[in-house]
Order: sequence, then structure tokens, then C-alpha cells
Amino acid sequence: MSDRAPEVAETPKSSSAPPPAADHGHAHDDHGHDDHGDHDPIHAANPHLAHHFDTPQQQFDAGKLGIWLFLLTEVLFFAGLFCAYTVYRAMRPEVFVYAHYFLDTRLGAINTCVLLVSSLTAAWAVRNAQLGQHALLKLNIVITICCAFGFLGIKYVEYHHKFEDGLLPGPRFAPTEQVWELPSFKAKHPEAAEYAERLVKRAEKLEGSKQGAAVPAPAVLGGAAPTSSTVAGNPPAAASAAATGSAPLAPGAVVEAKPELPHGTTTSAGTSPAETAPEKTLLSETTQNGEGRPTLEQVEPLIAAGVIGPKAENRDVPSRPRNAHVFFSVYFFMTGLHGIHVAVGIGVWIWMLLKAMKNEFGPNYFGPIDYTALYWHLVDLIWIYLFPLLYLIH
Amino acid sequence: MSEHAHSSAHPEAAHGDGHDDHGLAHTTPVWLLVSILGLLLLLTVLTVSVTSFDLGSEGNLVVAMVIATVKAALVVTFFMHLLWDKKFHLILFLTSVLFVMLFLSMTTTDRGEYDKDVEAFRAAQAQLNRK
Repeated sequence: MSDRAPEVAETPKSSSAPPPAADHGHAHDDHGHDDHGDHDPIHAANPHLAHHFDTPQQQFDAGKLGIWLFLLTEVLFFAGLFCAYTVYRAMRPEVFVYAHYFLDTRLGAINTCVLLVSSLTAAWAVRNAQLGQHALLKLNIVITICCAFGFLGIKYVEYHHKFEDGLLPGPRFAPTEQVWELPSFKAKHPEAAEYAERLVKRAEKLEGSKQGAAVPAPAVLGGAAPTSSTVAGNPPAAASAAATGSAPLAPGAVVEAKPELPHGTTTSAGTSPAETAPEKTLLSETTQNGEGRPTLEQVEPLIAAGVIGPKAENRDVPSRPRNAHVFFSVYFFMTGLHGIHVAVGIGVWIWMLLKAMKNEFGPNYFGPIDYTALYWHLVDLIWIYLFPLLYLIH
Repeated sequence: MSEHAHSSAHPEAAHGDGHDDHGLAHTTPVWLLVSILGLLLLLTVLTVSVTSFDLGSEGNLVVAMVIATVKAALVVTFFMHLLWDKKFHLILFLTSVLFVMLFLSMTTTDRGEYDKDVEAFRAAQAQLNRK
């Protein structure tokens, strides 16, 4: 009989401490006429109470502690990817500015809302389970599952666009569109988009005239800035020039610079010399050409996105920042891992729906719904951070 | 004793209004859940619309992260019941957050630590190339 005492003492909230004497008396009264062994009244009244737990409260608390420990590991699990993001964004901010124009903020925002709504229905489902509202519980689980499928559907549309546009991680990265051709870029920086196009045309014209004159420079320059070999090839002098504001004038100059740049041929591939000197001479050339200096609105967004300037992959034509593909590795890994969590969540919610169909849940047994909802909220929580970090880069 | 036994068996019978702390866990009222969702959606609109204002690259990031953290706090506090839950679960969660912060801050400071060396190395390399 002595092992019965803690069982009854567990039933109330631990905050209320009844007098021990009364407790023991009660326990004896309760269980005096009960068959000893498996047929104790608490287990008999709670078919879902596992045999190794004394009370529903104990079972619920154990499960809850378990799910919180699991969520803890999930947070740390995702932290690795957030860390990769942080390091790369600190190192190459221009890559993130460049790449975010390729992401559909509208779809991202819709997906955020879809997940938030599903979070509400998940939290509501917990309440339904607690109160034994079977019909509402099933409805809320179904809505949650529908939202989850909606989220993955929108994600599929986004991924599909990325695949089609060549926005793939690693060596497969081959964007079909230039960033300044994107509507999202044009809407934000119309002048810069126009300017970039003008630079491209000018570079093409230059290329044509040079081929006519049989100057071998273009090939050399084209090979001077390959992505792979210039991982570290960012001359600090040029970088600081960009920071001090003398660089905004450089890009036009860089394009004009081609004839002057045999100087660049003396350097081994990848390590280009400090650009400041040639840039200055070319700057004067630009003004001589009568084009005038480009305005800040024209140039700043392009430099910020690494399209032109010291961080661009190609110094001669407006292009894209070096190692832009790494953003898409980060993007696909973070959203992909999150998507896998959503897919797993769908599976668990379907399992919960099947259990709810049998009206298994009630005031003394709603743990599984609560744990699933907690997991679901964590998935939502991670998206709450992913959305601004990937889609809302300024 | 007997009232506890009773309430654990039928929590909703005695406290239908939802502010119930006598079952296995707290029951969150519907109006609260819905208003939290409203707040979360409002903050989502806010974080999207704030990107059209230029607060400097750092400023925009900070604002976005502050809004995201407020949203996360709302989800954790109300949807995940941490307000009414055992404090130990709150401690567990905050511990994970603390370790994420440690992880991120250590890595970023470490990354910045070598900036000078890298710059010096590149400057030296550029000079070598010029010769």
C-alpha cells in the first residue's frame, strides 16, 4: 500500500500541499477495495495512461519535458545554419543585397501569414483537446494540415522559379537574368537599372570596336576575374576606395578603362592590383567623353549589390558579386531544412488527426496534441527569423 | 483532496471560460489566441513595409531582427504556453537561446579578429604583384 501514496499525492498540482495525514487516509480509503496489481482505478479510468506512469499528470509532464528538450536541440540544430548565414553575410554583404532581388517577397510574406494562421489553429487545437471539443479539434487539425500543404506548395512555386532561372547553389549557379533586369530591382532603383544597361551597351560597343582594331585585351581581362581563383582577391585599396565614396565614380571608368588596362595583364590571375590609380585616370576620361559623372542614385545600388565596383565578378561589364552562388546554398539549406520540418509536421498532424478521429483526446489525455503543436510553433518560430533574413534584405 | 480529484477529471465542467489552471495544464482562451495572431500578422506587415525606408544597412537589419524577436516572443509566450507553463521549460528554452547567442557572437567576433591580418596579407600580395 505504501507505493500508492505518491500516486495520489501527484494528482493535484504540486503547489497545493495537502496535510500528509489526510493524504494517507485518503489513499487508503480510495484504494482499500481495489484489486491490487494492474487494475488500479487511475489506469482503469485512463486507457491512454501508460503503465509506467502513475497519473495522467505525471505522464503529461514527462512528455512535455521531453518535447521541450527536443525543441532545445532543434534550436541548436538550426543555429548552425544561422551561424553560416551570419558569417557569410558579415563577409559579403553585397552578395546578400544582390541575391535578395531574386527572391519573391510577396510569396515569402504570404507564406509567413500561412504559417502564422496554422500556428493559431495548432494552439486552438490544443485547447480543443483539453476541453474535449472533438469536432473543433478535428477541424483545427485539418486547417493546420491544409496551411502546411499551402506553405509547401508556395515553396514549391518559389523553388521552381529558382531552378528555372538558374539560381542554384554551387557550380550549377548560372542565373539567366541580370539583377538589374529584375522587376524588383527596377522598381526600387529605376535609375541604377537604366545606368547598368547603358554600361552594358557601352561595353559591347567598346568590345566591337576593339575587335576591329585587333587589340587582344578583352580575352585577358575576361580571364582576369574568375570566380574560383579570386576568392580572396579583393584588393583592400579598392575596397576602401569604395567605402570612402570615390568608387561610385569608378564603374563608369572601369568600363572605359579597357584600353588602359594592359597594366592588368602583368598580374597573375585573381590578384588584381589596387584599382585606384587606373580608376582615376579613367574617371577623367569619362568626363572627357561628355557623359558626365554618374549620380549617386545610379551607382550606389549597383555597388551595394556588387554589380560593379571592386566586389564585382567582372570588372569590365556590370555583372554580379563574386561567389554569389553561396547565398543560394545558404538559402536552399535553410529553407530546405525548414521545409523538411514542415513536411514532418504534416505527417505528425495526420497521425494526430487519425487519433482525434477516434475521439481519443480529452482533459486527461491531450499530450500528443500539445507536443505536436509545440513542435509546430517552433517550425513557425524559425520561419519568423528566416523570412526577414532571406527576403527582407535592405 | 476531493476537489482536486474532481477537477482533474472534469476540468471544463467547473471552468468553462478557459482561464483554467486545474487540468493537466493551462487552457488558453480563444480571444487571446486570435488577438495574438492579429498582432503577429500586424508585425509581419510592419516588417515588410519598413524595408522601404532606408535606415542604413545595419539599421534595417536591427529593426527586422527586433520585430522578429517580438514575434517569436509572442509565439513562445502565448502559443507555446510558456507564460503559464513550468518555469523549468522557460529556463530550458532561454538556455538554448543563450547558447545560440554565444555561438553566433563568438563566431562573428572570431571572424572579425582576422580582418586586419587578411588585409595586411592582401596588401603585401598586391605590392609583390606590382613589382
